[in-house]
Amino acid sequence: MRDALKLREWVFDDFYCEGGLPPPSQTNEINERMDTKVVLSLKGITKRYPGVLALDHVSLDFLEGEVHALLGENGAGKSTLIKAVAGAIDLDGGIVHVGEHDYEQMTPHLSRSLGIEVIYQEFNLVPPLSAAENIFLGDRLSKSFLVDFKTMKSKTKEIFDLFKVDIDPGALVQDLSPAQQQIVEIAKAVSKNVRILIMDEPSAPLSVSEVARMFEIIRQLKQRGVTVIYISHRLEEVFKISDRVTVMRDGRYVATRLTNDTNRKELLNLMVGRELTEVYPSRTIIPTETVIEIKNLSGNGDKDISFSVKKGEIVGLSGLVGSGRTELAMLLCGAVPLEGGEIWVNGKPTRIKSPADAIKHKIGLLPEDRKAHGLFLEMGVQWNICFPIVRGLSRNGVVDRKKETQIAKKYKEQLDIKTPSLEQQIKNLSGGNQQKVVLAKSLAAESDILIFDEPTRGIDVGAKQEIYRLMCMLANNGIAIIMISSDMEELLGMSDRIIVLCEGKMAGEVMKEQFSQDFILDLASGTL
Amino acid sequence: MKNRPAFLSSLAGKIGLAMRKYAPQMILLALLILFSFLSPQFMTLYNMTIMVRQVSFAAISAVGVMFVMISGGIDLSIGSQIVFTNVVLAIMMAYGHVPLILAIPITLVMGTALGFFNGLLSVKLKVHSLIITLGTAMIYKGLGYIVAQARNIMGFPDSFRVFGQGYLWKIPVPVVIMIVIALIGSFILTRTYFGRYVFALGGNEEAARLAGVNVNVMKMILFALCGFVSGITSVLLLSRVFAGQVSTGQGIEFDCLTAALLGGVSFKGGEGTVFGLMTGILIIGVLNNAMQLASFPDFSQMVVKGAVLLIAVGFDVYQKNRKARETVARVPAQ
Repeated sequence: MRDALKLREWVFDDFYCEGGLPPPSQTNEINERMDTKVVLSLKGITKRYPGVLALDHVSLDFLEGEVHALLGENGAGKSTLIKAVAGAIDLDGGIVHVGEHDYEQMTPHLSRSLGIEVIYQEFNLVPPLSAAENIFLGDRLSKSFLVDFKTMKSKTKEIFDLFKVDIDPGALVQDLSPAQQQIVEIAKAVSKNVRILIMDEPSAPLSVSEVARMFEIIRQLKQRGVTVIYISHRLEEVFKISDRVTVMRDGRYVATRLTNDTNRKELLNLMVGRELTEVYPSRTIIPTETVIEIKNLSGNGDKDISFSVKKGEIVGLSGLVGSGRTELAMLLCGAVPLEGGEIWVNGKPTRIKSPADAIKHKIGLLPEDRKAHGLFLEMGVQWNICFPIVRGLSRNGVVDRKKETQIAKKYKEQLDIKTPSLEQQIKNLSGGNQQKVVLAKSLAAESDILIFDEPTRGIDVGAKQEIYRLMCMLANNGIAIIMISSDMEELLGMSDRIIVLCEGKMAGEVMKEQFSQDFILDLASGTL
Repeated sequence: MKNRPAFLSSLAGKIGLAMRKYAPQMILLALLILFSFLSPQFMTLYNMTIMVRQVSFAAISAVGVMFVMISGGIDLSIGSQIVFTNVVLAIMMAYGHVPLILAIPITLVMGTALGFFNGLLSVKLKVHSLIITLGTAMIYKGLGYIVAQARNIMGFPDSFRVFGQGYLWKIPVPVVIMIVIALIGSFILTRTYFGRYVFALGGNEEAARLAGVNVNVMKMILFALCGFVSGITSVLLLSRVFAGQVSTGQGIEFDCLTAALLGGVSFKGGEGTVFGLMTGILIIGVLNNAMQLASFPDFSQMVVKGAVLLIAVGFDVYQKNRKARETVARVPAQ
């Protein structure tokens, strides 16, 4: 408990240094408020998607005037839960209790009328309209047939003054920074007499000082008795802003803790739910010859990046969103032209100008957004697996379908792709199996170097394990792997070495002996 | 539903599936049966031959258009391409006395070039081909008018008649050419890697690019191909009409598009078969022919054709939504 408090103090100190705001005076107030009434209560909320139980009997209370953090890994069900509260999805079971009433089914309209507002990751603003117009979009301020711009602007100004922010109500939203746009979103919620404000990963597009200002606004809302549900997977923020924190995992409720009574380690264990070492298959690395060497690579927003990968090695690429990891992957696979530097494959310089060149040099990419960049959803499994090599399978332009089926069958068995037939359309497969098809595509092209960009995003836990197992198997077979991941545990568990990027530049190279989440995060945020 | 024996409901399901899969063919069959009852002249060998020859010109161009459509593009300019190449070919033969053996290849090359220009523009300007070809359609048609100078160009060698008016084993030559092109088109689309690339382009262009397909070159080839095929149509049409007029070929792109949509070629790309396309062509042919037999006024024919297109497209959308709903409903039950 004392450690936790210390940590909290430290976190606050740190935060106020960055943000330059006065220290908090309401530390005790939080505890006094704890016994206030429940404003929103979820009872046994269940939501099923094809093949996945997204929410499994989740029960949870939210108190008046608290900042309640929802923590969990990707796919834990946080976003689905808020959609349930907002009425954006149909529930398969459970009750949402708001105020005095039970609701079996929320609708967007009902949820609004109960004072629940959601700020999604993608802002819901109309860029070519002004801030004021966005805030009062859909509201008739007067009986007049015409829009009353004057009242609109003065009311907007009132809300902005409340937050102590200086945004011109007449400024067009498209000219505002992401942080200002977010303030407009919050103002929009406030103008609708919000009682429960749900924020989904609100800090993602913001810089450190902007996050500090957002927290200040959240505190003001809290003082007015607004309940804020704060969704994040950044632990530091949870400690800075929340009163209570609830952890979810695999669509299930795990635990709720008072933020003051818990610590980083406990929350991490709750989130992951298992000892980390068990999850990742162990592997003995045999460092042999270098397969790919990147020398002073520039382009696509990245600058001067150099590292190499050996045969059978898994090199992790870490960095915050926008640090240039995916951009680097795009350079390596020829999707975006290089502006400078060289890529050496097997000790020889290459000229990779197009994806075809990269494939020729046996570089394969498993893209971050596999549906948009890796798969033909309307086409069959075999069609997809053999697509990159279909030209090579052709004689005089005619595809050898026998050989094609053989290859597809081989990889279906090797990777254990679960599909009723090789003709099955990809869109009917689960996320894990789709990812395996993408992998099969690269393997069919006999890649020596594989770039996995967020290989387990949107995949359930069981399938994740399989992907890890396959990656290790491939590495053991001598394939050089570059793995991009935002999941720190995964990165630490799988990599032999981690390259950290920060704002398009190399921030460091971390060897296995030095692996620590804090060290890598510090490198990634450029604070070292 | 519950009390029905399992084999019966599965049979019903299979029939339902077949009905949906072969919906265009069902419509064609229904129309054929309907009109043979309504008019005694309809179901005769003579009339059928005329009917098929009537649509064979559009059918040939439609194969090219379908390739472009499956790749996710569209070509609205083929009618205007035909106007232009038609007039040029007529002038070459009537005024320039260029021998056939030279004039026809020149026309085909010209058609290919016009198509290639469409592709080039849509790749370089990165604008959807709908807009590009809307623009080039105006240009090509305008050029045709300029070259023709409001003349009715006549005086071709008699040997030129064979392409549009001749018969091969009692089958009109344009129909023979249509069949050959349809077969070649179908073969390319289903059996070759080029065909795969066409579908890939329409299914997911970015994934195709990342898989090493040179997307830009593919687009240009496809438009050039479409132009080439329309060049063939142009030659056949001039031989059929036997006079160079700017009205020849105008509006043919609408028959091509209608046939493609009727035959299940997706407007968004990634879907389509030559079999479906030919069914669509025949539906248009049957409608045209039957309405002429019944001496429908021209303008009413337009109304009927438009309505048929909308009904077909509406049915297609309805079907797809239903399929999507059924898939969603089926999965949790597993």
